[in-house]
Amino acid sequence: MKIEIKDLHFTYPTGVEALRGISLMVETGEQVAIVGQNGAGKTTLVKHLNGLLQPSRGQVLIGDWDTTKHSVAKLASRVGYVFQNPDEQLFSRNVGAEVAFGPKNLGFEDERIRELVNDALALTQLLDKTETNPYDLSATWRKMVAFASILSMDTDILILDEPTTGQDAVNVARIAHVLVELRKRGKTVITITHDIDFCAENFERVIAMSQGKILLDGKANDVLGQDEILASTYVDPPQLTRLAKRLGLKNTVRNQEEFLNALKK
Amino acid sequence: MAIVNLQNVTYKYPLTDVPVLQNINLQVEEGEFVAVIGPNGAGKSTLCYTLAGFIPHFFKGELTGTVEVAGIESHNSVLSEWVLNVGLAFQNPFNQISGAKYTVFEELAFGLENIGIPREEMMRRVEDAMKLTGISDLAERSPYSLSGGQQQRVALTSILVMQPRVLVLDEPTSQMDPIGTREVFGVIHNMAERGMTVILVEHKVEWIAQFADRVIALKDGEILLDGPPSEVLTSSLLPSNGFGISRYTSVARKAKEMGIWNGERLPVTLDEAVNGFRSAVPKEEISGARTK
Repeated sequence: MKIEIKDLHFTYPTGVEALRGISLMVETGEQVAIVGQNGAGKTTLVKHLNGLLQPSRGQVLIGDWDTTKHSVAKLASRVGYVFQNPDEQLFSRNVGAEVAFGPKNLGFEDERIRELVNDALALTQLLDKTETNPYDLSATWRKMVAFASILSMDTDILILDEPTTGQDAVNVARIAHVLVELRKRGKTVITITHDIDFCAENFERVIAMSQGKILLDGKANDVLGQDEILASTYVDPPQLTRLAKRLGLKNTVRNQEEFLNALKK
Repeated sequence: MAIVNLQNVTYKYPLTDVPVLQNINLQVEEGEFVAVIGPNGAGKSTLCYTLAGFIPHFFKGELTGTVEVAGIESHNSVLSEWVLNVGLAFQNPFNQISGAKYTVFEELAFGLENIGIPREEMMRRVEDAMKLTGISDLAERSPYSLSGGQQQRVALTSILVMQPRVLVLDEPTSQMDPIGTREVFGVIHNMAERGMTVILVEHKVEWIAQFADRVIALKDGEILLDGPPSEVLTSSLLPSNGFGISRYTSVARKAKEMGIWNGERLPVTLDEAVNGFRSAVPKEEISGARTK
């Protein structure tokens, strides 16, 4: 499902102008990473996608739906939102019930709910924790439960707010694996991240935001190589991009494969 | 004499059978900067709680062995005495904020009030600490109105203000952008330079390599490796045990297999990687103007 944002402005009731003219198209099945300093407007932007916030000016279209004309509950059938802090979204007695809550509310048949829950738990490697209370799990696993509880809603669009925060290498790899699977299924994914190496290794398109505006939007290699512009929004290029630049390599590289290929030539 | 001394420490949380810490032996000298790394579930936060006296004073369960900080044994102390020597900044700042105060300034003074610091000194200390961590502009805000990164700075500041001899930090920058991370590491480094003992749990290996004197790799509640950053962080045991490593290390390891790594030992930092790879770059791959 396509996302279209037209000249979006948003001002908080406190007077803070958090978004100042965002225009953006995300095609069906695209996976996009949004980077930028704290306070750049990343979370404010994505909160418009499921109607948690309404534009002060401009328009947000989810497929053919204008977000001002549909309730958050309705939009939830198209856009799933995984919060940065899982504790803000978990409340059920056990993992299985937590993950079943979303699809139940979307009014799916029991059989389909079972399938979706099972699939989401399998993808996030939580099958052995179905009966566990989410709050008996470590913060790491709670984050996976929050992820699963959105996956099970089978929305065409998924928003992930800082999915790798506090996660170790093994879990980051798990998350990357889910992203690959979502790509195969043609899901549109928008991820906010400070983890620039994770961004470089898993996303083809990167948007850099600063002070409520889009600074850069393009192919990952084109965006991540712009170290001076990125510095203005407090983002350092990925480690291997920086290494290649310091070594004077003429092309921007963003992962191990690209780096080693350049050296092998 | 070591300021932190753990002998055969084993700990089980209540109602569990598997120890989260197993036979930990650890001595940390005063002024040392020690980083602790490990996969999720390795026992890093539990180690922090043990050092901070929350185990055994707040979390029950079964603690065996001896935990000694500044010559006091935790079994024989009370928490109010323990906090004079050790401060812990929580992994999740939201859980640390008292909930009893309306402003950041009051929140920062909370610990000092509890140990009976005179008002004038209290205000001076809070102001100095806020300057240090760059949060003076947040003084009148509610701690709950802040972003995750700002809350983490408040959590860190509320410990610094106590001037503990041992500073224990559990992933203090996990919610910060790269510049915030750099600033906070600058502050921590500063504290260590002034002689504070720092024990830091952290996933960001590149920073550890730059600042820590020593790295402890924890896995399944046991110490797997303990040594200087250049050795521990490049050990081949890390990737096979689920530890995150620097991209510089992993790319150099791969390059070594391919015969195009010319460095002496595997790099952890950017500078080390640049030095080791410099001679391996084919001329035709180099752009006209080298950047600094």
